[in-house]
Order: sequence, then structure tokens, then C-alpha cells
Amino acid sequence: MTAIQITMAWPDWLALLLQFMLLSMMSVSGAITAVPDMHRYLVVQQGWLSDAQFSSSVAIAQAAPGPNVLFVALMGWNVGLNAGGGLAGGPHAWALGLLGLGITMVGIMLPSTTLAWFATRWLHHNGQRRGVRAFKQGMAPVVVGLLVATGLILANGNQRPDSPAWHLWLVAGVAGLVVWRTKIHLLWLLGAGALLGALGFV
Amino acid sequence: MAPPSPAPRLSPDTPPPLDSATRPRPSSPADLFWSFTWLALQGFGGVLAVVQRELVEKKRWLTHEEFLEDWAVAQVLPGPNVINLSLMLGDRYFGLRGAVAAVGGMLAVPLVVILALAILYSHFAAQPQVAGALRGMGAVAGGLIAAVGVKLLPQLRKHVLGFVPCLVLAAVVVLAIAWFRVPLAWVLLGVGGVACGLTWRKLTP
Repeated sequence: MTAIQITMAWPDWLALLLQFMLLSMMSVSGAITAVPDMHRYLVVQQGWLSDAQFSSSVAIAQAAPGPNVLFVALMGWNVGLNAGGGLAGGPHAWALGLLGLGITMVGIMLPSTTLAWFATRWLHHNGQRRGVRAFKQGMAPVVVGLLVATGLILANGNQRPDSPAWHLWLVAGVAGLVVWRTKIHLLWLLGAGALLGALGFV
Repeated sequence: MAPPSPAPRLSPDTPPPLDSATRPRPSSPADLFWSFTWLALQGFGGVLAVVQRELVEKKRWLTHEEFLEDWAVAQVLPGPNVINLSLMLGDRYFGLRGAVAAVGGMLAVPLVVILALAILYSHFAAQPQVAGALRGMGAVAGGLIAAVGVKLLPQLRKHVLGFVPCLVLAAVVVLAIAWFRVPLAWVLLGVGGVACGLTWRKLTP
């Protein structure tokens, strides 16, 4: 993951902030749904990130602990590092990296959390309305379906060309079965998955 | 901030949840912050599976029904859904302070961890074992999230629409998203609209 040379003037930082604020309002049910548009903006249109930097930002956040939205922080961090000449650029590059991280995170979080805060307050005080009850209860089967679908997509998302697909499905299926039927700590399962991956099974 | 009132339930004949005096709840915003930090740090490849296990099964701050309803709201609002869910829960217990504490807990420490990982990764990116480990964890994470959905299926037995119609709706969503790759917004509007409309007709005004 080598840095690319870019220069960022303050209108560029502002544009980055505004773009992520816009994406924040469009990312219904998770920032991950906005990934294609982030790629279009950061890699194709502005050239602020390389393709490898972009996809590794997403992959690391998927594998790291914490909410998936943190991949956005890594994108900002990498933009800043690029502007400062890469990790080798010293404190100056680190400062720019943190600036980029702050800008993308504030951009992606602020509009949606503000809206969510007002919306949940409204819902809480109008919880007995027929429309609100119908919405909350009616969405229950849809949510269950969404969870299963998200799991399937995640399991299938990062397949390696030279290992059979059923290995991946077997690992995901066994993990699902174990967590459904037992109380084993989730970290053991993830550790086992990491081991199988490192050994080349999936 | 008023004490939390029990959320509306999935059907009239469900036993009422424990009243607010006796049911478990976070003791302070600091408790929220560290609980959510701990949640987030266990959530590799997404926090949702851990949220369900910790908050519903272990801490019992939420019932299965409440989790489903809150998750529906968090899902429909724009923004990261786990963040929206922590914001909602934090706000319910301690108002704005609670919301900030919960979201801060979700983000602060994991942000430091992920930066450290990114810097480490840039040194080891060439190792195939590292990429393989990432892949294996991704597969497990997928299984974990699907299992959360499967675990919530029995809750739908109590649904006003009936169990079988609920299963059909859930199956349509799985097919549309995972197989036909329909954009989420359309699924929420389409299937979600139908589900909410049918439920609306079943509910007494």
C-alpha cells in the first residue's frame, strides 16, 4: 500500500467534508451502502486515493473490531497521508492524516446522527400512534430478512479464486450454527476463522 | 429525562416487560460508554451480532421485541445502523449525555485500534497469511450476523400478521437483497411498505 503524491488545499478539504456530509444522508442502513459512491468520488474523480488504498481501507475495517463505519476514518487517514507524503513523511504527514480522519468521520456522522436523534425522540413520544406502531411492528419480518441477507453477502463477499466456494460457506454455516446453538464467546469463532484463513482453507 | 417507558409490544397478548424499576439498565453514562466500548471491541466485522448477544441475552437491557423494533428504526434512518442504535439507547436512558456517551464508546477506542491495525497492515500487506486471516474472519462474521436473524425468527410467532406471512416477507427480503441484489432503498420501500401497511390494517386504531 504505497502512498500517492497529492496536494490538498483548504477548498479540497472542504469539498471532502461536504461530500461525506452528503453521503451521510444517503447511507440508509449503514455507510457500507455508500461505498460505490465513495469509490467514484475519491478514486476516480479526485484521484485522492489509489484503488489499493481504497479497498484495503474497507477490508481492514471489516476485519477490525468496531462498527464498520470506521472504514471511512481510514479513507480520510489515507487521503491525509497521501497529502503529507506517506507514513515516511513524519509528524507533518501524521497530522494531515488525523485531519483527514476527522473530516471524513465528522462528515459521515454529523448529519445522520443529528437526524437520528430528533427522529428517535419524536418516535419515543409518539410511540402509541397507530402509524408508529404499524411501522415498528411491520418492519420486524423485514429486519429479520435483512440480517440473514447481510450475513450471506458478507460471507460471500471476499472469495479467493483458488479455493472452492463451499469452504467459505461451510465456515460461515458452522459459525452461524455454533452461535445459534451455544453460548461460546464470539471471539473464539473469529479466531478460528482467522486461523483457517491463514492456513489457506478459505 | 423521564424514566424509560416500556416500548410498544409486538402483540397485545405478550406478557408486559418488567417494569422500569426492576429491569436491568445502565447505571450511568460512564457505564454506557464502557459497555459500548466493550461491545465494539468484540465486534469484528460488524458489531450487530455482539449487540444482540450482550444487550439482549446477557445484560437484558432490551427484550427481543424491543431489539427488533429499535433495530428497524436504526436501519431505516440514514447513517451507520449500529451507531444509530447506540444513540437511541443512550438517549433513552440519559438523554443527550447518554447518546453522546454511547456513540463515543462505540467509536473512540475502536478508532485507535483500527489506526494501529492500518499502520501494522501497511508493513505486512504482502503476506498471504494476513490476507487469508482477514478472509476467514469475514466468512465467520457473515455466519454470525445471519445467525442473529435466525435467532429472532421465533419472535415472529407472536406477530399480529401471523407466523407464515412473516416468514414469507423475510424470505422475499433475503432473495431480493442477497440474490437479486436489489438496492436496499427499494426493498425497504417495497417490502417494508407492504409489511407496514398490512400491520396497520391489523392493529386496532
